[in-house]
Amino acid sequence: MSVFEYAPAPESRAVVDVKPSYGLFIGGEFVDGHGTPFKTVNPATEEVLSEVAEADAADVEAAVKAARRAHDRTWSRMPGAERAKYLYRIARIIQERSRELAVLESLDNGKPIREARDVDVPIVAAHFFYYAGWADKLEWSGYGTTPIGVAGQVIPWNFPLLMLAWKVAPALACGNTVVLKPAETTPLTALLFAEICQQADLPAGVVNIVTGAGATGQALVAHPDVDKVAFTGSTEVGKAIARTVAGTSKKVTLELGGKAANIVFDDAPLDEAVEGIVDGIFFNQGHVCCAGSRLLVQESVAEEVLARLKRRMATLRVGDPLDKNTDVGAINSAEQLARIRELSAIGEQEGAGRWSAPCELPDRGFWFPPTLFTGVSQAHRIAREEIFGPVLSVLTFRTPSEAVEKANNTPYGLSAGVWTEKGSRILHVASQLKAGVVWANTFNKFDPTSPFGGYKESGQGREGGRHGLAAYLKGGDL
Amino acid sequence: MAARIDVRKTYKLYVGGAFPRSESGYSYPVEDAKGTFVANAALASRKDARDAVVAARKAFGGWSGRTAYNRAQVLYRVAEVLEDRRPQFVVAVQQSEGLSASRAGAVVDAAVDRLVWYAGWADKLTQVVGGANPVAGPFFNLSTPEPTGVVAVLAPQESSLLGLVSVLAPVVVTGNSAVVVSSFRRPLPAVNLAEVLATSDVPGGVVNLLTGDAATIGPWLAAHMDVNAIDLGGVRGLEPAEAGDALATDLEVAAADNLKRVRRAPAAEPDFTATPGLDTMTDFVEIKTVWHPMGV
Repeated sequence: MSVFEYAPAPESRAVVDVKPSYGLFIGGEFVDGHGTPFKTVNPATEEVLSEVAEADAADVEAAVKAARRAHDRTWSRMPGAERAKYLYRIARIIQERSRELAVLESLDNGKPIREARDVDVPIVAAHFFYYAGWADKLEWSGYGTTPIGVAGQVIPWNFPLLMLAWKVAPALACGNTVVLKPAETTPLTALLFAEICQQADLPAGVVNIVTGAGATGQALVAHPDVDKVAFTGSTEVGKAIARTVAGTSKKVTLELGGKAANIVFDDAPLDEAVEGIVDGIFFNQGHVCCAGSRLLVQESVAEEVLARLKRRMATLRVGDPLDKNTDVGAINSAEQLARIRELSAIGEQEGAGRWSAPCELPDRGFWFPPTLFTGVSQAHRIAREEIFGPVLSVLTFRTPSEAVEKANNTPYGLSAGVWTEKGSRILHVASQLKAGVVWANTFNKFDPTSPFGGYKESGQGREGGRHGLAAYLKGGDL
Repeated sequence: MAARIDVRKTYKLYVGGAFPRSESGYSYPVEDAKGTFVANAALASRKDARDAVVAARKAFGGWSGRTAYNRAQVLYRVAEVLEDRRPQFVVAVQQSEGLSASRAGAVVDAAVDRLVWYAGWADKLTQVVGGANPVAGPFFNLSTPEPTGVVAVLAPQESSLLGLVSVLAPVVVTGNSAVVVSSFRRPLPAVNLAEVLATSDVPGGVVNLLTGDAATIGPWLAAHMDVNAIDLGGVRGLEPAEAGDALATDLEVAAADNLKRVRRAPAAEPDFTATPGLDTMTDFVEIKTVWHPMGV
């Protein structure tokens, strides 16, 4: 099959001014950290982008104090309508600076500019816009109007700014103040967000950003004056946090890993299904907790689906994240690349058939081609463990009940996909799946009004929508 | 003429719709509030707890698949049968809690009313906590609460009937199945409630009642990988109080192994005569959101 050649269409990185170094954002000011500064690199080139301060326990203490003061003296006392206006301001500034944010996100994370520009940043703005509107309407939330206090929030590197928005917007709308720790490999958009808070004249201490790695996060969630812990990341760390807060009065929400089944029935619209499979696992290089990483395809159409899928995968453009035509960008870090390689090698050793899309990978940076495994059994590690990369495990089934059983045969339960033209089958299968989000004849859709979160070991609590307020109000248990 | 020799009852566990003895063979003496021996109750073991989880898991699919209307009817039927056996429960509450007949009667009435209240929630909670979400795109998007799964309940130590009913009903009315550890010192109302459940229309295994010590069975349930949630309320009233706190922390740590939903114990056993909050139910449901494109 012939495909059009694309000319390079690079987005300009001149739109964003990356400083050589960044401090911590505490009490409305950028201050020096007391830990060991670390470098953040562009995963597409391994170029050092900036040096970032590491918050030690004393810095975390200062940030929590600033947040407490802002909560007690200012933010929780402010009328909701006034809090709303700050959040609307932030939403507007994000829209105004969206190009800058998208480029910076792509640089620091490695994701294609097309996704940062068309998915991440617009949903970030929408999230602030949505929760701004709740700030003066909490009496209709069903969870009361009393904020919990100081929220300690720890977010991952796969959607750095989007995860910040999911955490910060509802927390602030409800009158809480926050100390947020971005991931160590992707701190830059959070630090730009700190500038946006200054630009919006957000009262000092309402948002505090402490950069660092696991130790900083641990100090934050364990801090006795943090009333609420919100974490998005691995199930392993999520469990450690659940143990840390045991016996305390801290409230917790966790958004953790997944191993979602994307179920394709024989009556599915196959072209749409193939697009959905591709979106499900190759969107954001597969660095998505709700990625459709297990394809369950009905045996009678498996061969055809695989043929179409491979044909489609061969057209994916892997490379320079800042090129507007790029579909699949860089793996976020050397460490993550090593994990993807290791699990893929295990997939081969365990007997699954490996196939990668033919594509040229750049010489520098961290890259992995879109890959699928066939002949995968439920016992294979690539069918059980979250790979968090562009790697799809393909399994087959014969009957709807077998599909459901296989889909649910995992300790995770974040999301699932169902592809069929038969409405009654969609509704039945959706009701049987143990997953917090079920995408039927679509995949990887997100919206501020739509609750997101997992069953079982994929987490506790929901983010987004009215349900997302529960985590940040004293009357909120769901 | 010699007085008639009464027929004494052997108190057993209620697991999978049957009344087994503890596999351990152990029982323990139950005294009334004045310290007079009443009966021996089965002392549930780790194995009993595990059997109860198996029974609860087996029952979960069928129970959660019932219509909400049907679950409401079944729970209402439990209230009917409980009301019908009111005198028996008044005696059990008197013995357990040392109340006068009239106050014990008020407790039983409140327990019946609580069951009726929760029965009515079965087909209403979905509308109250679920709904359509207006996403910015051509999609139908709906959130609904679904049962979490198998829920372990450490029932209150003091409020042996009203408290028990108040923590059990919200778990099962939402479609979960339950493994309940009764009050240790006051197990009689739980044993009697098991007989009510067995003669109502509650399918076997939906509710499993174990008499025994939350401090010894609790850790097995908290660490069990096929239990989805745990209500720690029953750690309150264990003596001494610090032991209850330490146990609560240990159980919450164990529950993290499979990220069970944990309903923490309140600082003190609550006043169960107050109208419960929605959280008694929503703590044991998961919000599921389904998306579908709209178009021709």
